[in-house]
Amino acid sequence: MARIDRAEVERIAELARLELTPAEAERTAAELAAILGYVEQLAALDTDAVEPTSHPLPLPTPLREDRAEPPLDPALALANAPVAEGFAFVVPKVLDEDEG
Amino acid sequence: MRFATASDLAAALAGGRVSAVELTDAALAAAERARALGAFVHLSPERARADAAASDARRARGDARGPLDGVPVALKDLIVDEGEPCTCASRILENFVAPYAGTAAARLRAAGAVVIGRTNMDEFAMGSSNEHSVYGPARNPWDPERTPGGSSGGSAAAVAAGVVPIALGSDTGGSIRQPAALCGVVGLKPTYGRVSRYGLVAFASSLDQIGPFARTAADCALVLEAIAGHDPRDSTSLPEPAPRLRAALSGDVSGLVIGLPREFFAAGGPAPAVAERVREAIAELERAGAKTREVSLPHAPYAIATYYLIATAEASSNLARYDGVRFGRRAEAATLGEMYRRTRSQGFGPEVKRRILLGTYVLSAGYYDAYYRKAQKARTLLRRDFEAAFAGCDVIAGPTTPETAFRLGERTEDPLRMYLSDVYTVSANLAGIPGISLPCGFADGLPVGLQLLGRPLDEATLLRVADAYQRRTDWHTKTPDPARWESAA
Repeated sequence: MARIDRAEVERIAELARLELTPAEAERTAAELAAILGYVEQLAALDTDAVEPTSHPLPLPTPLREDRAEPPLDPALALANAPVAEGFAFVVPKVLDEDEG
Repeated sequence: MRFATASDLAAALAGGRVSAVELTDAALAAAERARALGAFVHLSPERARADAAASDARRARGDARGPLDGVPVALKDLIVDEGEPCTCASRILENFVAPYAGTAAARLRAAGAVVIGRTNMDEFAMGSSNEHSVYGPARNPWDPERTPGGSSGGSAAAVAAGVVPIALGSDTGGSIRQPAALCGVVGLKPTYGRVSRYGLVAFASSLDQIGPFARTAADCALVLEAIAGHDPRDSTSLPEPAPRLRAALSGDVSGLVIGLPREFFAAGGPAPAVAERVREAIAELERAGAKTREVSLPHAPYAIATYYLIATAEASSNLARYDGVRFGRRAEAATLGEMYRRTRSQGFGPEVKRRILLGTYVLSAGYYDAYYRKAQKARTLLRRDFEAAFAGCDVIAGPTTPETAFRLGERTEDPLRMYLSDVYTVSANLAGIPGISLPCGFADGLPVGLQLLGRPLDEATLLRVADAYQRRTDWHTKTPDPARWESAA
């Protein structure tokens, strides 16, 4: 399994849309290294023939009738918005950026 | 009426010896006097008094809805309740007011319970000490310098301090059972899918489950009957009706087999005084007619590693929704990408960021198989361990926590050590089975919890054993001294 350093933490932080100061990144690298060192013990388990569990109890995907139900009132849905206009959430400009 | 159980209050209400308004006023006053405990993050006195008055009016008409009608309760601050704030003890949700009715809160209200307020917690339920809260820590009523446990620390403290007889919490890796143990109250984590997660702010969706805190197993049965049962709004809600539990509380455990996992008592396990109290509790159940046998959960030692990979992976995905667009706090920025990063960096606390980063890492290209997939396979092995163990026993017993309540500040600098507080509780979440923690005595004046685990959907047997134990012991009637936290009002 991998070693984790400050550069790796900064790469992950970008994926997670978090900004860390250099000191935070340094400290996080040490903390994650300790946690990943601890979880390394799982490598001792032979799991080649084991199916993964994504859900604790077997359940079929429940389906309901394809019938429209009343949605959340748009005014209520927008009530918590930091910035709203009409029936829309307002965000800063998306263009002029390297990323989406 | 202070420190009374919900069942006692139900009898007093039914007998006309007290009104819901009086109980609600008393609970609100107790909550005010207990401010030093930091158990509540929000009180709703006006709505609670109106609801209590409506309950009294129903009762006067002969229309009382059942045993919870008029009983004051509290909700952990991540259980959505229509029209009330829901902050998850996070800056990023500081102004959020729930625009819809979460199922658990709605069902509790439909049963007539009076919600007096919302309780403190670790931010987004990530923590074992209630210290990762934007409001500051909740404190343990038995010793306010110590943690009440977490993440549902406020709910545990509110019940232990006698403010309310019932509070709801959520349990992803022990967040109901561990604080219940450390505060000397009962905490029940139902089978995964038993209680709808619609309106439970998601931490780790394959592990999260809502459950009650109370003083007795019998009260937990009352609450679970009210809030459990299929909900079409949660695709992981079990297609089962709410279980009938009160009828199962016979007090009889004769012939029942209690499995004792050797891994839960192994060297390097619980502190000696904790192990001793737990063994005494098991001996009490044997005197009541239960049999015991050793069982093995060979993969239990891998549970913490498995849990912290799966829980953080799911959390990193679930918490992607906090982006400053639709709700919650937004940081000003010129572009959208900048806005996301600033909002999230300013809005989340350090433990939440740590878990998002860990979860993002274990899901990222190149590490998915080595960490996340591996943990999902280890989860299968642990599930099979429980299936094998339950082939030879009806419930499993052991300590809830390795130690009693630790001092505030003692573990905040060492995340891994904090995670190990959950060593006996995370297995039940990974396997999806129900678990309960019961007060079973004290070590140096601090409560010790007995944990019982049951087969999937078999809360009835779990509660029967817990109730039988409480009929034979009086640990659950011990209460901390309010002088330890009450200020002169």
